[in-house]
Amino acid sequence: MTAGGDSADVTLHPADDSGSVRLSGAVTIRTVTAVQKHLSALDAETVTRLDLSDVTRLDTAGAWALLQFRHRAGHGVQITGATPEVDSLLRTVENAWPQPEEPPARDASFRAWLDRFGRRIHAGLMFLRALTAYLGIFLHRLARAVRHPSEFKLTSLVHHCEEVGLKAVPIVALMAFLIGVVLAFQGSTQLRQFGAEVFVVDLIAISILRELGILLTAIIVAGRTASAFTAAIGSMKMREEIDAMRTLGLDPGMNLFVPRILALLIMLPILGLIANIAGLFGGALMAWIDLGISPAMFTTRLVEGTAVSHVFVGLVKAPVFAMIIGVVGCHAGMQVESNAESLGRMTSNAVVTAIFAVIVADAVFSIFFARIGI
Amino acid sequence: MTDREVVIKLRGIRNQFGRQVVHEDLDLDVYRGEILGVVGGSGTGKSVLLRTIAGLQKPAAGSVDVLGTDVLNADEDTRQKLENRWGVMFQDGALFSSLTVRENVEVPMRAIPGLDPQVRRDLADLKISMVGLQYLAGDKYPSELSGGMRKRAGLARALALDPDIVFLDEPTAGLDPIGAAAFDELIRDLCHSLGLTVFLVTHDLDTLHATCDRIAVLAERKVLVTGSMADMLEVAHPWVHEYFHGPRARAAVPDKPTKGD
Repeated sequence: MTAGGDSADVTLHPADDSGSVRLSGAVTIRTVTAVQKHLSALDAETVTRLDLSDVTRLDTAGAWALLQFRHRAGHGVQITGATPEVDSLLRTVENAWPQPEEPPARDASFRAWLDRFGRRIHAGLMFLRALTAYLGIFLHRLARAVRHPSEFKLTSLVHHCEEVGLKAVPIVALMAFLIGVVLAFQGSTQLRQFGAEVFVVDLIAISILRELGILLTAIIVAGRTASAFTAAIGSMKMREEIDAMRTLGLDPGMNLFVPRILALLIMLPILGLIANIAGLFGGALMAWIDLGISPAMFTTRLVEGTAVSHVFVGLVKAPVFAMIIGVVGCHAGMQVESNAESLGRMTSNAVVTAIFAVIVADAVFSIFFARIGI
Repeated sequence: MTDREVVIKLRGIRNQFGRQVVHEDLDLDVYRGEILGVVGGSGTGKSVLLRTIAGLQKPAAGSVDVLGTDVLNADEDTRQKLENRWGVMFQDGALFSSLTVRENVEVPMRAIPGLDPQVRRDLADLKISMVGLQYLAGDKYPSELSGGMRKRAGLARALALDPDIVFLDEPTAGLDPIGAAAFDELIRDLCHSLGLTVFLVTHDLDTLHATCDRIAVLAERKVLVTGSMADMLEVAHPWVHEYFHGPRARAAVPDKPTKGD
């Protein structure tokens, strides 16, 4: 029979009386599937010899198929008619024959499951502990910077303030403006049913000032800045720059963490304030267009109906969110190993962790403020 | 030497980046079955030359002829066929990081029509074993391997289709001397038993000495001289002389009396 190949055909002549199987043509990776199928269809018991004298080309795949057949036959099938090159190839393949090893089996028992579950919990707790340690490092270095101002990197702080603060203003302002518009639009549709359109001002003011302004700003900053921190510190870690700093007596905490986290601490409340103003502006604009509440009326209602405490309740969260984002970003950057995959993995980890932690912290704040009645 | 089949023929190659000319009027022949070592100082365009032959870099002028095919003017189909007949091992293996080593080695084999998946897997295991990796390394991802193992896995992928020509870019860079020596031996053995032609770019004098049949020196934007290690020792050109007679060269070629010492 003939096995189709690209340009090369291979033919397998069935065993003659002496049990000799003759192959002719090219036995290569292109024809190996057919060759192997035919060889395995042969009765291995009756074959004593594989004759290669008519084989025009044999590659490792072909050699593999022949040797596999010989292994299967068990008794010594002779391979004859091979040129010295083919002989050498057969020997190389034989010597390199893979010895399958069983990978360590995965234990499926309940005990093993419990073990893995416990390890996960343990890893989670260790992660929290590591974050706390980084927070400690930051606070310690900050205190040190107060006592030894000469060690503090002011230029670096200003640079990071620009990166995390100034450059985030457009996106944060736009986001808050649109949220204000959406709130006004949705609120007016609902409140109109009760003829209570004017309360849309309270709705916008309270939700933006108390919650949305700062929370959404923190989420945007977490996405923007936590990833940037991780990428910057991580690539330094990857290229051993952090180790070089240490050997030169430069402390990564003082030089990398303090300027970054401090910049966030300063800038996040400011960004939150900008978000509040942009949100109120968007809400006021939409209320004017959609409900005919004039800017003057909006302002009056805002001042009368909304306690100033809402602003403080919102902005007091900003430093906490800033710490979370900064510490998570720096910590993730320091976990980067010496390969590019870990840099990518840690960067996305940092963003997910930072956003998740910010939302958890916001929930805790909500419960806290509700309990003390602000 | 002239009666041997020429598998790679470069004529009048000119490569330039902006105004910086790397190669100018460069000619080179590589013969079937030989291991050619390409050496040259940093920035002389050794890797650029390799990339030019492998079709990754289009030269500004000149012709590249590999296995009788004009690489620069070949149509898509011819090129595809040609690419199955050479394998490239990049400096750090250049393994696909999202695939295991076995899957990496299987990648070139997927282009073969009608190749049974089980056969493909078994062949990949064979190649992995041929380059001296453990069986279980096949299940690992590139990031879990050491530098030397990544190079071996890269070689396994380059050899997946039993190519006629293998391009090796700095095969021993970053390996410890024992690992490098083992890799030299591996290249030598595989070349011999698989009948490979090897185009090898290196800085490593030990590799040159241990593996190469012929050496081509890149300098002054062209192939300055080709020949065996013994021929190299006779060359009077200052850079070549410095290279093959420097303190490191003397350590690598201890048994040859060096002229000019």
